Amino acid sequence: MADSIVSETARVSPGAPEISRLRLPLHWLGVAPFFVFALLFLILPTIGLIAGAFKNAAGDYTLDNIIALSQPKLAAAYWVSIQISFVSAVLGALIGLAMAVAVVRGGLPPWLRSATLTFSGVASNFAGVPLAFSFIATLGRLGVATILLRDIFGINIYSLGFSIFSFWGLILTYLYFQIPLMIVIITPAVDGLKKEWGEAAATLGATNWQYWRMVVIPVLWPSFLGTTVLLFANAFGAVATAYALTGPSLNIVPIQLFAQIRGDVLYNPNLGYALAFGMIVITGLANLFYILFQRRAERWLK
Amino acid sequence: MKQGSRFWAWLVFGVGTTYFVLPLLATFEFSLRKRRGEYSFDAYRSVFGDPNFQTTFTYSVVVAVFTILLGVLLVVPTAYWIRLRLPHLRPVVEFITLLPLVIPAIVIVFGYIRMFGSNSTLPFLATARGTDALLVIGYTTLALPYMYRAVDTGLRTIDVRTLTEAAQILGAGWTTIIARIILPNVLIAVLSGAFLSFAIVIGEFTMASLLNRPAFGPYLQNIGANSAYEPSALALISFAITWGCMSLIQILSRFAPRSANRPN
Repeated sequence: MADSIVSETARVSPGAPEISRLRLPLHWLGVAPFFVFALLFLILPTIGLIAGAFKNAAGDYTLDNIIALSQPKLAAAYWVSIQISFVSAVLGALIGLAMAVAVVRGGLPPWLRSATLTFSGVASNFAGVPLAFSFIATLGRLGVATILLRDIFGINIYSLGFSIFSFWGLILTYLYFQIPLMIVIITPAVDGLKKEWGEAAATLGATNWQYWRMVVIPVLWPSFLGTTVLLFANAFGAVATAYALTGPSLNIVPIQLFAQIRGDVLYNPNLGYALAFGMIVITGLANLFYILFQRRAERWLK
Repeated sequence: MKQGSRFWAWLVFGVGTTYFVLPLLATFEFSLRKRRGEYSFDAYRSVFGDPNFQTTFTYSVVVAVFTILLGVLLVVPTAYWIRLRLPHLRPVVEFITLLPLVIPAIVIVFGYIRMFGSNSTLPFLATARGTDALLVIGYTTLALPYMYRAVDTGLRTIDVRTLTEAAQILGAGWTTIIARIILPNVLIAVLSGAFLSFAIVIGEFTMASLLNRPAFGPYLQNIGANSAYEPSALALISFAITWGCMSLIQILSRFAPRSANRPN
């Protein structure tokens, strides 16, 4: 069936090469709108920003903007952003994996599995302003959980130094979409652990711990690492949750960039482009690692 | 050993569930506290009665509908054509559809502001309508990874080549083939992509705020900064909308065909 009518149409008349040459570009017309769209609204704007990062106000090429990223305030913003993204990604990945294993392998009732996956689909998309509202209502100074802890257990978390507007508060909030995202992505990999492997290990006399250490962890490791870097990129680019939670005061990169776009707070548009360029580099690297790890992981999932 | 692992599974599941359910319960309880001394739905009444809620929510729904239309127009013919004629371009197209996950939304919109200003060759930002269009375009890029994946999965389950040949023999043109043969066959996949796009777009904050459009996301942020109980009500309303979209996707996926009669 390879020689179908559709693929034949291009060389319907072998005696007229002109026609077949004319038909060739028509192949491309079908995908032209997509490529024009991608070029105009995805690639060119990004390249424009990257080019701007390497220019000064007069339009000459320079590395000054990139070097200026090392000024204390911006370097600190990158560092805090990286820390928040890293901690929320690692915690999200570990907890998400534990929940996925519990639901898939733990002998829980089957309906819990589909309920968990459905909920994860919802919660992983429930980021942004409303999520911040929920956590303020829960763990804010007058939040329900804060009051309950204080009145029933006598623990005043705010006098213990906790605040929902702090580093750990932000991480606790980010976990609400990081853990579900991990569950959604890692569950197929956990499903891919074949029952036979466990039986084979048991037949060979492996203990439960040996089975985990020598079979499960090595098989899941690439998927785990890959998804972790994806979670990292996910947290790194998040603006709305952090902005709604802490306002413009928190010194992380997306919020710095937000303030810069709003009102040129760095007093140098090109430095703003450099800030954006730095974000692309970090999320780009994270995604590159994700693809590499995912490719390794697919070996086991076939 | 079996018993022990089940105990751990329940423990992990229980702790996780507490973490996920508690904020929802707390938000709900908080949203009922507007009237002093008793529970009431006053916060919800005040939200739904707020003319700004109605206008911004309507605006975002309209933007979401246009986003879905643009996404379908862009993705369905492309994914179809790639499957039929240009399979060697598939990695390129897949890479492009993944770009919005690599480039954060805030960077994309920053690029737009720089590129489409009033003095540029494509001055989208010169007029309010143009900015609306740019917001729709920006949202379409955000939804692109999900829309493309959904449609491509849908196309995998039908025999694109045979359908096209049959339609061509009966004298159908390309527009007819895509609109009346391919689209109805992948409708469930398209709708899944559409609902996911809707869930992403409806409360989006960053792009709408930086393009200064009166959308639901910036309205939410503004309410959060200025009132006490309404934000909780709004958070639950948003959660319900996301939940609704995901449930519809789940329901739709039950009607989706499982596999192709013949692999392409």
